[in-house]
Order: sequence, then structure tokens, then C-alpha cells
Amino acid sequence: MASLRDIKSRITSTKKTKQITKAMQMVSAAKLNRAEMNAKSFVPYMEKIQEVVGSIANGSSGGSHPMLESREVKKTGYVVITSDRGLAGAYNSSVLRHVYRTINERHNSTDEYAIIVAGKVGLSFFKKRGMPVVESIVGLSDQPAFADIKDIASRTVGMFEDGAFDELYLYYNHYVSAIQQDLTERKLLPLTDIETGGGKSLASYEYEPSEEEILEILLPQYAESLIYGALLDAKAAEHASRMTAMRSATDNADDLIGDLTLSYNRARQASITQELTEIVSGAAALE
Amino acid sequence: MNTLKVSVVTPDGPVYEGEAELVSVKAKSGELGILPGHIPLVAPLTINAVRFKNGADTLLLAVSGGFVEVRPKQVTILAESAELPSDIDVERARAAKERAEQRLNQAKQDNVDFRRAELALKRAINRLDLTGK
Repeated sequence: MASLRDIKSRITSTKKTKQITKAMQMVSAAKLNRAEMNAKSFVPYMEKIQEVVGSIANGSSGGSHPMLESREVKKTGYVVITSDRGLAGAYNSSVLRHVYRTINERHNSTDEYAIIVAGKVGLSFFKKRGMPVVESIVGLSDQPAFADIKDIASRTVGMFEDGAFDELYLYYNHYVSAIQQDLTERKLLPLTDIETGGGKSLASYEYEPSEEEILEILLPQYAESLIYGALLDAKAAEHASRMTAMRSATDNADDLIGDLTLSYNRARQASITQELTEIVSGAAALE
Repeated sequence: MNTLKVSVVTPDGPVYEGEAELVSVKAKSGELGILPGHIPLVAPLTINAVRFKNGADTLLLAVSGGFVEVRPKQVTILAESAELPSDIDVERARAAKERAEQRLNQAKQDNVDFRRAELALKRAINRLDLTGK
């Protein structure tokens, strides 16, 4: 049996760990609130741009643009969104495992794909395995502004336009609720399935100067905003996932402290009993 | 007098919602004045100021990287960034302007850098213009 002092020090250290996990849980809860609000304030923009893109892309005049057409796939791009820090449960591992498996199934050589990654965890994961990471962004704030990711988003979209790759997939954790985050795979480019904003009757627009030129500006902006939307969603999921992970860590620490306290008391009792027996038997020997 | 419902939305959230009698924007093809009852229209905007006129009041907004969607009773401006004059950080804009000018002087050869600096300069000048008025 462990000595009294050993048990005592284990209790103290578990208590300290619990304090940390509890604090992290509360911080994540606050950040989750903010992230949810950010995701919400992005919705009007997304809806509007989707509506306009939808009405142009599905318009009778049928404007065409390279970003709307599927072409022969020689190289595939993968955008993977992970977090900078760990301690978020299965948040990173579920995305990374899925992407890793998908890539290994689809491709035989590293020339056939390229990875664009957000977050330190993902970056080191792919680097370690010698997979080609063409763009990466780390150190994003918990409340990213559009300007923060504008550069990398437009470079990514630019690579598609230049033909560096012929399709682009997006992988991230979609925030469903505080206890549920779903791994989401989305084909970003080419834009073959544009939703038209809930089947509202669409106005037929005049285009100034021309449909092609509008698409030229609108589609990259749309694709960039899709990436930004995914990032906001992923941030909310990250905080939710961290909050849940930290809550269960706190609960576990509570259980552990309970068990340890019990065995501490048992050990204490045993030592007292032993001392008493020794005193009594010592007294008996003197008589 | 008829008014138009106007809203300015950016990825970071709605910036302005209100009513206006006349909306004036600078599109790629030239200046556009929009009155109520305009036919539906979509046009990309240049980095410039957008004006909402309401009686004697004129509200100005610095807009960059966006387009305008017009309907008979509603005007929506979708932009990558949009700021009310009161929200503009003059110091920051001034610093950005200087930085962009420096870069323009140095990086004449490099095309991408040059274009980016040019855009940054335009944005900075646009913001400063607005606050100067």
C-alpha cells in the first residue's frame, strides 16, 4: 500500500490539474459564445452572396466561368482546418485521420495532390508524414476576422484558377451543438452545386457591365467566403470540443480525488490502529 | 418621398441598415445613382465611398472589394470590408498609406506585390478621404 505521504501528494497534484481543466472549460465556454455570435453575424452575408451567385449561375442566359465547370482532374487540393492547440478531445484527430485515409485511398503519389492547412496541429501532422503542404496559416485568433484569412483564401482560389489544381475539397468540423461536432467534407471548387437560397423567387438581374465580368469578381469572392464560413464554423466546433473534453477531464479528476481520499483515510485509520495495538501490547508486556 | 431600404453586409457582420432616397456608388463601369424603383441590377464596385442620401443628410461609407445588388425597393452592398467614417482608424489608414507608398517605390518589378500595394494604397486613401470631409 502506498504511504500516506504519497497519497497526499497525488491528491494535491490531481486537485491542481482539476483547477486547470476547470478554468479551461470555462474559458472555452466563453469563447464558444463569441464564436457562435461570429458565425451568426456571417450568415446574412453568406445568404445574400449565395442568392446572387445562384441567380446568375442558374440564370437562363447561362454565363460560364472556369470556376463553374468541372475539368479533368490531374491534381486535387485539400483544405484542412485544424486548431493551433491540442486538448480539444478528438477535434483534430478525427479530421486528420479522415483526410489521411481519403488521400491514401485516392492518390498513389504526392504529385497528385496538395494540402492547404490551417492550424499548427494539422501542419505538423502533414509535415511529419512528408505530404505536400503548399499553404498554411497558423496563429489565427479565436475570433478571426475576414481580413486575417483573406490572403490565404484568395491565394487558394487563385491556385485553382491558375490550374495548379483542378478540384478543391474542404475538410473541417461542423458545429452542431455544444456536445456534437460533425466531420464535414465539402467540394469547394468547381462550384457545381450552388444552393439558391431556399427556393425564393429570384429576380432576374441586369448586369453592369456584363455577366462574365460579374462572375469574374463574384465567384472568387464567393469561394473565399465559403472558406471563411467554414473557418468560423470550425472555430465554434473547436471551442465546443475543448469545452466538452475539459468538462470530462474535470469530472475524472473529481472521481480520482474521491478514490484517493478514501484510500488516504483508510491508510490513516490503519496506521492509527497499528500504533494503538503497539502501545497496548507494549503496556501488557511491562505488567 | 419614396425611399430605398439599404443594407451593407460584410463577412464580419452587417455594418449598416437603414433607408435612403438616393444611393450613389462608384461601379467598375462608372458612377451609378440609384433611386427607388430601379430595375434589378448587379454591379461590381471599385474601392471608393458609397453615399446614402436622405433629405439633406448624406451618409458616407468606405467600401472595398464588393458589389452592389439592386432591387426596386432595396439596395444591398456586399463588401469584403465597409466602414462608417466614425469607425475608421485614421492612424492605421495613414500608416497603411505610407507603407503602401514605400512598397510601390521599391517593388516596381514584382507584379504581385505591386498590385497588392496599389490596392492597399487605394483602400487607405479612400478611408482618409472619407474622414477628411
